[in-house]
Amino acid sequence: MARIDLVDLAHSYGGNNAPPESFALKPVTMTWRQGGAYALLGPSGCGKTTLLNVISGIITPSRGKIMFDGVDITPLSTQKRNIAQVFQFPVIYDTMTVGQNLAFPLKNRGVPKAEIDRRVAEIGRLLDLEPYLNRKATRLTADAKQKISLGRGLVRSDVAAVLFDEPLTVIDPELKWQLRSKLKALHRELDLTMIYVTHDQTEALTFADTVVVMHDGRVVQSGTPAELFDKPAHTFVGYFIGSPGMNILPAEVRGREARIGGHVIALNRSYDNLPSGAKIEIGVRPEFVEVVAPAPGLLTAKIERIDDLGRIRFARARLGDAKLAARAPGGFTSPDGNAGLKFDPSHVHVYADSLLVEGAA
Amino acid sequence: MDKIVNQKAWFLVLPVFLVVAFSAVLPLMTVVNYSMQDTFGNNQFFWNGVGWFKELLDPSTDLGGRFLASLGRNLFFSLVILAIEVPLGIVVALSMPREGWTVAACLVILALPLLIPWNVVGTIWQIFGRPDIGLLGYALNAAGFDYNYVSNDIDAWVTVIVMDVWHWTSLVALLCYAGLKSIPEAYYQAAQIDGASRWAVFKAIQLPKMNRVLLIAVLLRFMDSFMIYTEPFVVTGGGPGNSTTFVSIELVKIALGQFDLGKAAALSLVYNLIILIVCWIFYTVMTNAGVERKVQAESEPAIESKPSARPKPVPALKPKEGVA
Repeated sequence: MARIDLVDLAHSYGGNNAPPESFALKPVTMTWRQGGAYALLGPSGCGKTTLLNVISGIITPSRGKIMFDGVDITPLSTQKRNIAQVFQFPVIYDTMTVGQNLAFPLKNRGVPKAEIDRRVAEIGRLLDLEPYLNRKATRLTADAKQKISLGRGLVRSDVAAVLFDEPLTVIDPELKWQLRSKLKALHRELDLTMIYVTHDQTEALTFADTVVVMHDGRVVQSGTPAELFDKPAHTFVGYFIGSPGMNILPAEVRGREARIGGHVIALNRSYDNLPSGAKIEIGVRPEFVEVVAPAPGLLTAKIERIDDLGRIRFARARLGDAKLAARAPGGFTSPDGNAGLKFDPSHVHVYADSLLVEGAA
Repeated sequence: MDKIVNQKAWFLVLPVFLVVAFSAVLPLMTVVNYSMQDTFGNNQFFWNGVGWFKELLDPSTDLGGRFLASLGRNLFFSLVILAIEVPLGIVVALSMPREGWTVAACLVILALPLLIPWNVVGTIWQIFGRPDIGLLGYALNAAGFDYNYVSNDIDAWVTVIVMDVWHWTSLVALLCYAGLKSIPEAYYQAAQIDGASRWAVFKAIQLPKMNRVLLIAVLLRFMDSFMIYTEPFVVTGGGPGNSTTFVSIELVKIALGQFDLGKAAALSLVYNLIILIVCWIFYTVMTNAGVERKVQAESEPAIESKPSARPKPVPALKPKEGVA
């Protein structure tokens, strides 16, 4: 039960004197509030696991501080930090019974026997492990093993946070859904801070109320799923979140207008102070671009194919060298392969050097 | 379908048959042959039936008394060195570094005693322990201990045991180290998170994972120590008196010292049988312990991997929260 603050935290596996660009985790300052459900989202190798291991104390950071409720715990070992972590691959102590596995973290901390029994019974019930508490933890299916690992992470009621490092990688898709819903239910029931690392956006968006997106060792945005979707702070977030990802198109922006190949796209806000020399792009989600019959004044794109996702259809189109996706309304066909593009001005964002620019009203 | 009959194929087996016959079966049969007969030299043999075996297992006879006494000493010796080398080997393996150049250094140093020939090990300790010129013997006596392995039974035993520990603990340590290396890093990280003490990590993770290599280590060390000959022979020659005379030393005395081929043959057959039986019992017990665990686990229902039958809302169709 604690608020976790990261202050100028950075880590390099090459030591403190390694060049700044080689840091696996670039300096980050942020706060994780008590009781939040967080997802740490990013592609493989972006530093998610490093950040997690720094919080849990498996890695000592090269720079910066970690504070639990304002107390600096950076030099403390993992055992002394009040934290639980579940790893990507299940770890089972196979000489013990399932129940003893669950009791292990409590036993090691000298919790009274009655309290241990109560917690083990509770977690066993929550994870549907009750019938198996007294059997040896050998010859278990992958998901049973991972359930036990999850249980060991959740069994302590006093932890500052529970960290999950891609815990559902080894689980079948169908069970993944169940376990994830279960985790979410557990989060509501147990009032624990949970940080869930994943590279799967669906997993992140369904689990968390705050999603932290990482890219190349940096935290690029932290916000609710809706914020990430509506207002990506970085082109990477736009591209990574959503399926298909956000369309990023190079454009010239002046005032309330963006120009692509001589065509004008209206913008909702005014952008007068764009940094000079920066790479200017506009970003718009496929949901907010519509393909229509070509008409004068509309940007014309070449349709390559139309993907029917059931509830919605997306047209994959080509605009000069750039590719883009756009919503195809029911009944839309394009006999000659050309289509006009209709943008929703309130959802067109402007990026300078990949970073979101807030325009003036 | 008719099988093609081709008896010439037997010729393919012939080389193996010949090699095994000459290297194992014929010598063994010779020993069996000797054990049933008596000889007074001149290549003259007289039938003695199971006479030697009866004598061997009867403690009241000279042969039986010597055999059973040396057998007792030998079992005691094996027990003592196992009780020292196995825990010590585990401790050494646990305290070895897990990465870096020191690993190679440790491995080389540990392997050194294993590379030294038995009789050289014996000679090293024979000289090392001498009270007049040996570093160990001289130092001990100078420090006020009356240490002399030539005249004192206990000193002789301690010397032989320490020598064996020095020579063979490395083997146990190397085997355990190999077992330890196979444990994934995640186990240690999880144990850290679970707040496990050093002892709990050892009990819950390291010892169970070392089980199999320990079985091999104990088997090897038992067989080797039960057959020990060269080192104690070089150091103490079986003395003082008969106090460090193990079965193999007794055997050589009878066979080559007294040239009692019949007695020696009977003794070596029984000796061989004991080793086979002990190893068999040991192996069966250890592997059965593993199998029992497995069978026990199998008889219990496997934890269900499929969702239970009671109806549940299908989560896959839930709207994606937040993605709207």
